[in-house]
Amino acid sequence: MSQAVRAARPEPDPGTGPARFAGGATTRAAAGSRFSTALHAEWTKLRTLPGTLRLLPGAAALTVAVSAAAVATATCPGGGCQTDQAKLSLSGVQAGQAVVVVIAVLVISGEYSNGMIRVTLAAMPRRITVLAAKATLVAGLVLAVSAVAVLASVLVGRLLLPGHGFTTAPGYPPLSLANGSVLRAACGSVLYLTLIALLSLGIATAVREAAVAIGLVLGLLYVFPVVTSVMTNQHWQRHMEQIGPMTAGLDIQTTTNLSSLPLTPWQGLGVLAAWAAGALLLGALVLHFRDA
Amino acid sequence: MTTTTPYRSPAPTGRDGFGQLLHAEWTKFRTVRGWLVGMIVAVLVTAGIGLFVAEGGATATCQQQGGPVMSGNACYNGYTLGPGGEPVNDQFYFVRQPLAGDGSITVRMTSLTGLLPTGNIGGGLSTRPGLVPWSKAGIIIKDGTTQGSAYAAIMVTGSNGVRLQWDYTGDTPGLSGAVSAASPRWLRLTRDGDTITGYDSADGTRWTKVGTVRLSGLPSTVQAGMFATSPTYISATQGFHSRSISGGPSQVTADLDHVRLTGAWPANTWSAGYIGGGSAAVAKGLGGYHQAVGRFTVSGSGDISPVIGGPLGGSSGPPELTTTDYLTGAFLGLIAVAAVATMFMTSEYRRGLIRTTLTATPVRGRVLAAKAIVIGSVAFLAGLVAATCAAIIDTDIANHRGDFVFPVPWPTELRVIAGTAALVAVAAVLTLAVATVVKRSTVAITVVITTVVVPYFLSVTGAVPTGVANWLLRITPAAAFALQQSTPAYRQVQAPYSPGTGFFPLAPWAGFAVLCAWTAIALAAAAYLLKRRDA
Repeated sequence: MSQAVRAARPEPDPGTGPARFAGGATTRAAAGSRFSTALHAEWTKLRTLPGTLRLLPGAAALTVAVSAAAVATATCPGGGCQTDQAKLSLSGVQAGQAVVVVIAVLVISGEYSNGMIRVTLAAMPRRITVLAAKATLVAGLVLAVSAVAVLASVLVGRLLLPGHGFTTAPGYPPLSLANGSVLRAACGSVLYLTLIALLSLGIATAVREAAVAIGLVLGLLYVFPVVTSVMTNQHWQRHMEQIGPMTAGLDIQTTTNLSSLPLTPWQGLGVLAAWAAGALLLGALVLHFRDA
Repeated sequence: MTTTTPYRSPAPTGRDGFGQLLHAEWTKFRTVRGWLVGMIVAVLVTAGIGLFVAEGGATATCQQQGGPVMSGNACYNGYTLGPGGEPVNDQFYFVRQPLAGDGSITVRMTSLTGLLPTGNIGGGLSTRPGLVPWSKAGIIIKDGTTQGSAYAAIMVTGSNGVRLQWDYTGDTPGLSGAVSAASPRWLRLTRDGDTITGYDSADGTRWTKVGTVRLSGLPSTVQAGMFATSPTYISATQGFHSRSISGGPSQVTADLDHVRLTGAWPANTWSAGYIGGGSAAVAKGLGGYHQAVGRFTVSGSGDISPVIGGPLGGSSGPPELTTTDYLTGAFLGLIAVAAVATMFMTSEYRRGLIRTTLTATPVRGRVLAAKAIVIGSVAFLAGLVAATCAAIIDTDIANHRGDFVFPVPWPTELRVIAGTAALVAVAAVLTLAVATVVKRSTVAITVVITTVVVPYFLSVTGAVPTGVANWLLRITPAAAFALQQSTPAYRQVQAPYSPGTGFFPLAPWAGFAVLCAWTAIALAAAAYLLKRRDA
């Protein structure tokens, strides 16, 4: 296919310098996979810029720290509490997601703030490919880092919780990934953070300005649970929990009393996936039709 | 040879006072359309969320200690108001005599026992021995027999020792420890004009003054005597999203002797009965009085205390709403304001305008001051408009819907509204200072959101345990959200106080001081760096 494309393209006149250069570059990009080249370019940009990459361990550290703080202060005297051990051990995800949002926003807003975006789009005129490469890269990185953070959080829970009254006798066996629902909560939390990153990338692509994008995403995430907590009408409350990207998405962490959830855990994660897809679509459309 | 005179602008030389600087910064602010839009968005989201909460409210119910369950607008007339204008519980068994003019009453208490319900609220009469921590019995001097009237009382409590309490909200501790025949408690109240002084003693000879209380406007003849009352026993299990409550009325019984009266007691005989209906308690056979050769046995059920309203109110239905709930959107408005405040500074760096700005005003600290004043004032105005709209419109909507909004005294209401505006304003200045330090909008907005909004969010939604939440709301700038608390926590009323139920660990202005301290530190760092650093 690429051979045919190259054959169909008229060979540029060797005398015209700039035109030949531009044509050559396109041909070379077309020779390899266009997407993998874009991915490589994005990785190089991210790798060589200070800041963004350094935030990744920060996200993991914050997640584990808040989880550990929550676990260390929880008590279950006599074992009569209704605490969901897995959810408690993974509560750091709610803080870590803020850093994940920043990382994802920076991947695109950074380019807008220093004008790099014009170079990027001149080099890779297929804008959707650029966005896809960015999305793949940020999703991969966040997936890897949050897997580490979630594993560490579960480990902290497993080590500390038995010391706070969560013992096997009153029905709290130590946290273990061999338990199906705990495994689902852990894997789901990793996916949750990844989807949050994609949601942020989509919104940041649409609004460009970093401060606005971060404010918008965090506002969107936090508004549903806060409003739900003061809402007195239970019918509305339930609907708010069903449509909020954070409230619905975090259903995946629940391992006990599943029947009280407004959605099943995977349905909840599906709601967040829909938000992320919608945001990416919006970002892609805006990127495609707007002047950089 | 021609001489050329250098060009001089015909415009008069501008003055370079601080007023001009402020004007320059204000011009920068108002001419960027996105920033004005950001401020309008802040107002709209704050008010909009309030509207949503008001429209989506369920009809609240309210109930006073021992009273019937009411709902909607009926609640406004259902509450007894105390001398301070706050809703109060005022139900107790009172063995009393009129006291004309000044005088005193002294008693000795030799035992305090109680009964707790074993079934559910509204269940049968099965009881077991036990004391509620804030069941109380002792002596009281009261304005009259009307519910909600002024009083001062010294009492022994279930597990909080001797207390001097007055006008429902006042509470001072005296001797600690439980009372028994071997370790009795002597109590004394003396009236001198408007002043009432409470004393306690373990032996009846060495007396300690617990406190002096001024009840202004006390009539010359007051009701004084012995009382007993014990609040509803509640065993609450707080789940992640649910409360399950069991319990019911409890009773306390006190044995009193060595009753000594000084001053003029014209009736010369004791009359007894419940203050504040007490029909429910009487129907359950709770409360009563027995006298034999100088020994009194007084028992009662009810409470003399402020009503804990708001999120912890409405015990048998959805929680009651307060103005605080209508201002929930403030954190979202704060995010919008922080985004604008960030860009107000970082765009100077991004576009190189900072060099022009600093050339025009070489004293760099003044630039920072002018910017802080402009963004702080605009944010305060936006916060004030949003909070006022939310409070007034939403309360109106709730009233039209037949909903009940828990009444709070007007100074509190004012503090909640103006406090929200002050919170947004100081947070905007904090954001500006952080943005000056870090220069990059991403870092600045992240720092502000993670230190102001995230701790608030984690605490009020119950995402972290109460211990962590209290700690977060003491040290982070999010402590200033305490300004929005409209129902105070009273230690003399047992309730599950936590940020999740609307009770902050710091007092409103102390919480605000935490935010101000962080802002001062950030501003100092910003001024220092701005001065020392190349632009």
